[in-house]
Amino acid sequence: MTVHVRYFASLCDRVGRAEDRLDAADGLTVAGVWAALHREMPLPPNVLAAVNMEYAGLEHAVRDGDEVAFFPPVTGG
Amino acid sequence: MRVELRETPFEPLVELECHQRMSTGLAGRCGATAIFIGTMRDFNDGDAVQGMVLEYYPGMTEKYLRRIVETASREWPLLEVLVVHRVGELRPNDPIVLVAVWSEHRAAAFSACRSIMEELKSKAPFWKRETTAAGSRWVEHNTPG
Repeated sequence: MTVHVRYFASLCDRVGRAEDRLDAADGLTVAGVWAALHREMPLPPNVLAAVNMEYAGLEHAVRDGDEVAFFPPVTGG
Repeated sequence: MRVELRETPFEPLVELECHQRMSTGLAGRCGATAIFIGTMRDFNDGDAVQGMVLEYYPGMTEKYLRRIVETASREWPLLEVLVVHRVGELRPNDPIVLVAVWSEHRAAAFSACRSIMEELKSKAPFWKRETTAAGSRWVEHNTPG
């Protein structure tokens, strides 16, 4: 499956890019997507995730074509 | 109900007046209007702040703002809601957010306005990066209230 991965705000700075494309075998979770792309960097503990623009837990199953986003706690308003 | 992101500075009271005039269903029915205006400060965490960039997640941010307003509309009997939120480059004293709620009676307007604002603060994907004399830094958390 192919997954479009996006990073925002301070996480984008830490990763060093705004997006990735991941080609991987089926059956990955959100946490698995991160681990497949960032073997050297564990997922920071306060990071939030979204799948197809809906908040998702780290164990959420990812499907082919999904957009997975990782970002720090929000600070709007 | 209207939810809008703005790339350029806006005047909350002008927005409010325009929206109220266009919302023809309010005249005679609306007994209460509650508004919240959030404005950029020139200090944070003990430092002078010269400017700020508000980043967002195009698509998800608008979706969450609409959802927050829909949730409040189910919880309270509201006549109309307006949310305008800045994105992009801001300077101190620029308005950041306007939340306006119209209802028949004040309890619903006050409660829904507060609830929409608190949900926006904790769930809507926005991130602030502020510029100080020492450079720029991401704001790590919002103030509690």
